[in-house]
Amino acid sequence: MAQITIKGVKKNYAKTAVIHGVDVNIEAGEFVVILGPSGCGKSTLLRMIAGLEDITEGEISISGKVVNKLEPRERGCAMVFQNYALYPHMTVRKNIGYALKVAKVPKPERDERVMKVAESVSLVPFLDRRPGELSGGQRQRVAMARAMVREPKVFLFDEPFSNLDAKLRVAMRSEVRRLHRDLGVTSVFVTHDQTEAMTLADKLIIMNAGRVEQIGKPTEVYNNPASRFVADFIGSPAMNLFEGEFDAEGQFMHGTGGRFRVEQLNGVRAPGSKVVLGVRPESIRRTGADTHGAFPAIVDYVEELGASRLIHADANGSRIIALDTDSAELLSGTPVHLALADNSLHLFSIEDGRRITH
Amino acid sequence: MERRAYYRNGWLPWLLIGPQLILVLVFFYWPTTQALYWAFTLEQPWGGGNTWVGLDNFLAIFRDREYWTTVVRSAFYAIVTTGLSMTVALTLAAFVDRSLKGTRFFQSVYVWPYAIAAPAAGVAFRFIFAPESGLIGSINAIWPGIWNPAINGFHALAMVIVCHAWLGIGYNFIFFLAALQMIPRSITEAGAMDGARPFQRLIDLQLPLIAPTAFFLLIMNLISSFTDSFGLIDVMTEGGPIGQTEVMVYKIYFDGFKGLDYSGAAAQSIVLMLLVIGLTFVQFKWVERRVHYN
Ligand SMILES: Nc1ncnc2c1ncn2[C@@H]1O[C@H](COP(=O)(O)OP(=O)(O)OP(=O)(O)O)[C@@H](O)[C@H]1O
Ligand SMILES: [Mg+2]
Repeated sequence: MAQITIKGVKKNYAKTAVIHGVDVNIEAGEFVVILGPSGCGKSTLLRMIAGLEDITEGEISISGKVVNKLEPRERGCAMVFQNYALYPHMTVRKNIGYALKVAKVPKPERDERVMKVAESVSLVPFLDRRPGELSGGQRQRVAMARAMVREPKVFLFDEPFSNLDAKLRVAMRSEVRRLHRDLGVTSVFVTHDQTEAMTLADKLIIMNAGRVEQIGKPTEVYNNPASRFVADFIGSPAMNLFEGEFDAEGQFMHGTGGRFRVEQLNGVRAPGSKVVLGVRPESIRRTGADTHGAFPAIVDYVEELGASRLIHADANGSRIIALDTDSAELLSGTPVHLALADNSLHLFSIEDGRRITH
Repeated sequence: MERRAYYRNGWLPWLLIGPQLILVLVFFYWPTTQALYWAFTLEQPWGGGNTWVGLDNFLAIFRDREYWTTVVRSAFYAIVTTGLSMTVALTLAAFVDRSLKGTRFFQSVYVWPYAIAAPAAGVAFRFIFAPESGLIGSINAIWPGIWNPAINGFHALAMVIVCHAWLGIGYNFIFFLAALQMIPRSITEAGAMDGARPFQRLIDLQLPLIAPTAFFLLIMNLISSFTDSFGLIDVMTEGGPIGQTEVMVYKIYFDGFKGLDYSGAAAQSIVLMLLVIGLTFVQFKWVERRVHYN
């Protein structure tokens, strides 16, 4: 098991900087998920750990040893690629066993280890097929088996499930979780699917445009987003974000017209100074007109989710999404009253988007 | 979809294919017919036209010890030239493929030799390998006689082979590079993660995946070594010293135009033609059955 330390790592391609200084500590045996929008540099960071990309600046160490100058084979990492990257001309058996062959493991031991790994991911019936003769899910499992067979210090996954259908993805997710529980190998998993990230991660790293936005447990990140970006990015449906200012009576005036009673935030910022107020849809309740803090809104449309539904509403010009569990039918144009839950309001600076603590 | 052009007047299509047709007729079919005619006939000793002799001309060359020496030498020439040219080209292509920067530059630099006419290259290489000047000259000054293609047949053959291989490198390089670049990057990266060094990745992963291209090049190079060697040998050694660089195609020329044995030379050229047709046939068979990985 290995600990990974990333210190001040930057990456430039020719003149363009794509990673602007990343500091992360990954404990031994931890399952870390890197999450971020497309093009933010997740793969690049992962590939720098793997040794497939040069590190422009900074330092990466694995088990306390700086690996900047080491070849991939000297770093003890195994990687699962997005498109599987199986060797098309080799059978499944040879694909899985290639690393052992390269390492000159004697044939009997090699066969035994390949068999053991193949059993653990239920690939035994397919050992003599070529990758071209397998389904997507089976190929995915070959890629996992190939990474596992070497018993590496670190597992790296680059969006390994993005080519699978939703159901298979869920199945593979629990497979990965199980593997991590059984083997306890330090793992770094890149994805842009937040459900995947939330369910898998011991520690979540949110990246945006080559920078780390937040590092923390999934619940921490969800409950206390460190920036407006994270607040917007994590959570589905996304958090409601309103740009506006407080008035003297503890009301928040949204720039487009809505007014919300938010007395508990009184004094956090001087009246008149601009901030961003964030409220998750599940923190907006439907209430009666006389509830304290209730404000009127007109239902725009309703999105059914099965057990619950999303109300898209208009509150005096401000667009609001609220999660509703009441099953009473709501038609477009129905007037309703909504209220914000007191304890889960988020404030962000309008200038740099950082969280304002209160 | 049917792709067919219709011409309203009858002579235009003929006019369009005319030049090509004339070229093929004049430079391929006519000489081939002539060769066939000569190969199966013999000029009578005292004049009076040719007589049909069946396979006699072929039997004569097959019985000729010297002919077989030439065949073996040609095979050696073809195998070594092809091996050398393809190995060097593959090595260069592998290097260029690994560091993509400047690929364009290398592509054009390496393909230039292909555009040089063989005799011109031959003249250049004669100077490069001249025993009395240049690099070789200084080596010869230290150990006299260590290199002299003018009197040593093996040196002469090596010189022609190196020149021929050099000419083919650019062509082979382009094909190898294109094939290597077709392999998804992640496959070699997976190999690197599996611990394989670049050379091992080349052997285990890249070569099998470019096998169709390699095979195509193998056949093309063999054919070229059998047929295109004429210009080089004529300029560099004229088959010498004492016939030690005489390969099949040069012997055809020598027996026919120097020895005036048209029938023997024609028979030889039919044999060579069958050899090339055979190689081409193998090529086509392979292309048909070629393994496709997805
Ligand atoms: N070889 C390269 N040369 C130049 N720029 C590159 C190169 N590879 C990646 N980039 C740039 O670096 C940035 C980060 O790329 P990266 O592949 O790490 O993104 P990502 O977060 O993995 O995105 P995705 O979720 O789409 O896979 C992108 O803006 C990309 O255009
Ligand atoms: Mg990526």
